[in-house]
Amino acid sequence: MREDASAPAIQLLGVSQRFGDYVAIQGVNLEARAGEFVAIVGPTGCGKSTLLNIVAGLRPPAEGEVRIFGEALTGLNRQAGYLFQADSLFPWKTALENVMLGLLLRRVHEREARERARIWLAKVGLAGFEDHYPHQLSGGMKKRVALAQVLILRPKILLMDEPFGALDVQTRQLMENELLALWQEDRKTVLFVTHDLEEAIALADRVVVFSAGPASRIVGDFQVELPRPRDVAEVRLTEDFLKIHREIWSLLREEVMRAHAR
Amino acid sequence: MRARVRLLQVLLLLFLVLGWEFSVRLGWVDAFFFSKPSDIAARIAEWFQTGEIYGHLWITLWETLLAFVIGTVFGVVMGLWLALAPTASAVLDPFIKAMNSIPRVILAPIFTLWFGLGVASKVALGVTLVFFVAFFNTYQGIKEVNPVVLANARMLGASGRELLKHVYLPSAASWIFSSLRTSIGFAVIGAVVGEYLGAAKGLGYLISQAEGVFDTTGVFAGMVVLAVFVVLLDWAVSRVEARLLVWRPEPGREGGTV
Repeated sequence: MREDASAPAIQLLGVSQRFGDYVAIQGVNLEARAGEFVAIVGPTGCGKSTLLNIVAGLRPPAEGEVRIFGEALTGLNRQAGYLFQADSLFPWKTALENVMLGLLLRRVHEREARERARIWLAKVGLAGFEDHYPHQLSGGMKKRVALAQVLILRPKILLMDEPFGALDVQTRQLMENELLALWQEDRKTVLFVTHDLEEAIALADRVVVFSAGPASRIVGDFQVELPRPRDVAEVRLTEDFLKIHREIWSLLREEVMRAHAR
Repeated sequence: MRARVRLLQVLLLLFLVLGWEFSVRLGWVDAFFFSKPSDIAARIAEWFQTGEIYGHLWITLWETLLAFVIGTVFGVVMGLWLALAPTASAVLDPFIKAMNSIPRVILAPIFTLWFGLGVASKVALGVTLVFFVAFFNTYQGIKEVNPVVLANARMLGASGRELLKHVYLPSAASWIFSSLRTSIGFAVIGAVVGEYLGAAKGLGYLISQAEGVFDTTGVFAGMVVLAVFVVLLDWAVSRVEARLLVWRPEPGREGGTV
């Protein structure tokens, strides 16, 4: 595949999506540089997941174009790994088999796939849980398996749809820090969807704000100039963090209110 | 708790059996119409002692297993195909519903005509019952595949046959397996009803012979043997099911350790 190194990793040009008569998102233009961590925030039901599905190639947009490293996207996005909001593990496979699957589908030899999956499970802190089935794991552990399942394939782009939304606060901060540590290793391009502004600022280089649906669009785009590496719990207490938070919240608040008014 | 349930079950059985026995012995009900447990037990013992029963049991078991396997394989294959091919499914839908609405007993004489008095006609009858159970469950199982898991598999690079292997089949497996318990029951019904209506061997034949000479003891003895036979088959299937579906959470034990 021809790839343009200078081209943005993700480029959305005038992208809209409809479900029947319902317009989910309208006229979205968004760019993410290679290696950039972009968080997308917005009120519930603003079409953030719709956007990720478009970038993943799971559902082509009704209008507009998606370019991945300069190439127009047709079909599934083979450069992207997707961490879903809901449980996406295969319940009939053990943790190890779940992590191995992507490699097997890429015709990696079974023995090698098993070895590499073992390493990745250890990397996400689940050594010793290889033979557990998803139902035997806690919510946080399932997310770790899902993360290993996606990262083992070394995608250039990571799409994350409120991945930690269902976790308790402590587990969540732990997972956020681990995500940052893993991301620091090879700086993938990340699109991270969340409705939690604090999480967005703590993790991302840039925070993009979506308006309330229907016909959501981008209403704000903020750089987050906080030093890395960050600790998500500590960074929240810094003056700079609070300043950015106030700035974005004043905008996001209106959208949240509008979403509630509906 | 479990022990208590078992105890109550045994007590209930004893109560019923003894109640029956003494009702007959005290002359409250007529032994000609109702026989009595001690006679039935003696008859069953006699069947097993003389070895007379084994031939019948074997034939019924053989018919049951054949109907079970053939019907399940056909049902699963058709279920898979129609669940994944919307057009074919839309076209065939009314035909399948119409065929399923036919009371199978009506088919028994036709099958006897077509396939003779032997094993084949009973298997055919059982297949018409088992097929639909396996078919509907497989179809439903495929339709209820978790869309997130499916999307995940596609993002990880699965397509076509790989989706079938890693997502659709395992996902439908719990539906298919729960259908197996029902299916084995239906397979027995097919075999026994077929034998009852025309055969030279089998438990259904045995019962029908006893009825022919107003031998109520024989009828009840046949029914008891049949019931035990079905319970054993059901137990065997549930063991296989438990072995193959180890990944499934036990009801009420979702979550596990933190």
